[in-house]
Amino acid sequence: MEKIVLPEIENFHILDVFVENGGFTAAKKAFSQSTDDIIDQVKKSGLRGRGGAAFSAGLKWSFMPKTTDKPKYLCINGDESEPGSFKDRQIFEYNPHQLIEGILITCYAIGAKTAYIYIRGEYHKWIKLMQKALDDAYAAGYVGEAMKEKFGTEFFCNIYIHKGAGAYICGEESSLMNSVEGKRGYPRVKPPFPAQNGLWGCPTTINNVETITNIPPIINKGWEWFSKIGEPKHPGTILFGVSGHVNKPGVYELPSGTLLTDIIYNYAGGVPGNKRILCVIPGGSSMPPLRGDQLEGVKMDAESLRAAGSAIGTGGIMVMDEDTDLVKVLARLSHFYHHESCGQCTPCREGTGWLEKILKRILAGNGSVSDVDLLITVANQIEGNTICALGEAAAWPVRFMVTRFRDYFEARVSKEVNLQVANKVHSMRETARPLAEVKN
Amino acid sequence: MEFKFTQENVERINKEIAKYPVKKSAVMASLYIAQEQNGFISSEVIKEIATLLEMTPEDVLGVVTFYTMYFQKPMGKHHIQVCTNVSCMLRGGYDIWNQVKDKLGIGNMEVTGDGKFSLEEVECMGSCGTAPMIAVNEDYFENLTKDKVDKILGSLSQTLS
Ligand SMILES: Cc1cc2nc3c(=O)[nH]c(=O)nc-3n(C[C@H](O)[C@H](O)[C@H](O)COP(=O)(O)O)c2cc1C
Ligand code: SF4
Ligand code: FES
Repeated sequence: MEKIVLPEIENFHILDVFVENGGFTAAKKAFSQSTDDIIDQVKKSGLRGRGGAAFSAGLKWSFMPKTTDKPKYLCINGDESEPGSFKDRQIFEYNPHQLIEGILITCYAIGAKTAYIYIRGEYHKWIKLMQKALDDAYAAGYVGEAMKEKFGTEFFCNIYIHKGAGAYICGEESSLMNSVEGKRGYPRVKPPFPAQNGLWGCPTTINNVETITNIPPIINKGWEWFSKIGEPKHPGTILFGVSGHVNKPGVYELPSGTLLTDIIYNYAGGVPGNKRILCVIPGGSSMPPLRGDQLEGVKMDAESLRAAGSAIGTGGIMVMDEDTDLVKVLARLSHFYHHESCGQCTPCREGTGWLEKILKRILAGNGSVSDVDLLITVANQIEGNTICALGEAAAWPVRFMVTRFRDYFEARVSKEVNLQVANKVHSMRETARPLAEVKN
Repeated sequence: MEFKFTQENVERINKEIAKYPVKKSAVMASLYIAQEQNGFISSEVIKEIATLLEMTPEDVLGVVTFYTMYFQKPMGKHHIQVCTNVSCMLRGGYDIWNQVKDKLGIGNMEVTGDGKFSLEEVECMGSCGTAPMIAVNEDYFENLTKDKVDKILGSLSQTLS
């Protein structure tokens, strides 16, 4: 299988090697076509965002206003802080120039003259590697004003790196823009959407690193070629990061729609000690966990995973064997979301804290039967009631883990009912979503 | 204690300012540069950055407290960050955490008496595929075992004595 995002070419991260292997020919080709044409090709290719929501890249670009007197911006999302996700750093390290070329084409298509690559602060090493690639590309005239001469076009754009400073929430697109503006990374209320009112109030597009790295091959080889790779509704390859209880953890670039079990057992080498799988989170820690007996036949693409009761997210596959303490896992995750909640919305700020507290109580052996329902009630009250999707990210793992492993959680709590808690749960039930709506 | 950026760092900050249409956007980079020069973000640092970037000191402080990578007190020469999030936890992240904690004799966000080490329990660092991991200042150490951690800590104490 051909690798699109991480080609197996030695030293591909070096500018000369990249150029020798056809680097920047897609940009040249793109600049000779109309911007509408480029957007159309990306739309037809079926490329969907790799940052979590799997939204059509071409469609997102088409939301950018054609006529405006304001400058337009592109933000590349390399915040990569979702537990279980470690794929974008591979691109910074092994294929930075294809990302740069993708940015040039995207800027041209949406009419942006400035792009910011937002990279999480902890990635000091990868920021340096990306900066080196960018400096080399600038020096050789592929980026900035010198582009005009290099490509023989009127168009040019500048690319800068913006270094984050340790905040998961800055991966959320509107929080990311506030962070670039030099503010606290608070997510913004939408609408207005970034395409209307983004960075400094100007039209802005935000795309994930992997999404944009796919652009040059699409332009070079054509949208038809791309649309035929993997699952038709979510075509292309996906960087799957496999972690946890597998023999060969790592990033595997595979066609979308590859079987989850194939990834775990063939590529990632199966589970150490041939243990059974208790649970898999298939798309980074925010996505609904699947039981070990729900994995058979599940394909890794947005539609198939939704049908299976989860979501593709960032493609980070976390595998847990039969000896894993799921209460501990969920308590640790809830600690994470509580820690990362920006605190603007009451349901998220308070609810994530409650989830953590209840789970720690169960973990310590002090939980009661009503705590299991209480977890679901609290999760349901966060979902849909917040400014940004961190609310869902915090609620989903809890709601789905508890409903799918109900026996497991019940076995961990005391059979005695804590009346105080039980009454509280009962009184909150009215507003909570009926359990029947939860897919088991 | 008064704080002034070195000439070299003023130039670095000016380069950062040039990336954006407004000065304020350079605040995160300026804070990093200040932390490098001063060791931590003091109220003098905040005042100086506010003046430089035409912000209020309150706005700068707001940024400092929002992000986890800016420190408002001096940290150890070697700032040890141990990831205990799920992918690391599944591969022994907490064993590493306890090992480092015991060895250094300090807890989360504490500094050893001699100022050589500080410790922080961190969230996922993007090394889940090479877990468990720690970071020492800017460097990642991955695929760790107890032995490897002992060696890393050992060589770090030596470089300082
Ligand atoms: C809490 C939260 C964290 C997110 N973190 C990231 C991230 O680290 N990287 C990323 O690309 N997208 C992240 N996203 C999704 C972005 O908001 C946005 O949808 C994405 O960057 C768009 O790019 P794409 O369409 O190319 O996928 C996050 C969303 C939420 C709600
Ligand atoms: S949902 Fe949570 S993280 Fe998102 S804006 Fe509200 S409080 Fe902040
Ligand atoms: S969970 Fe530790 S690096 Fe991701």
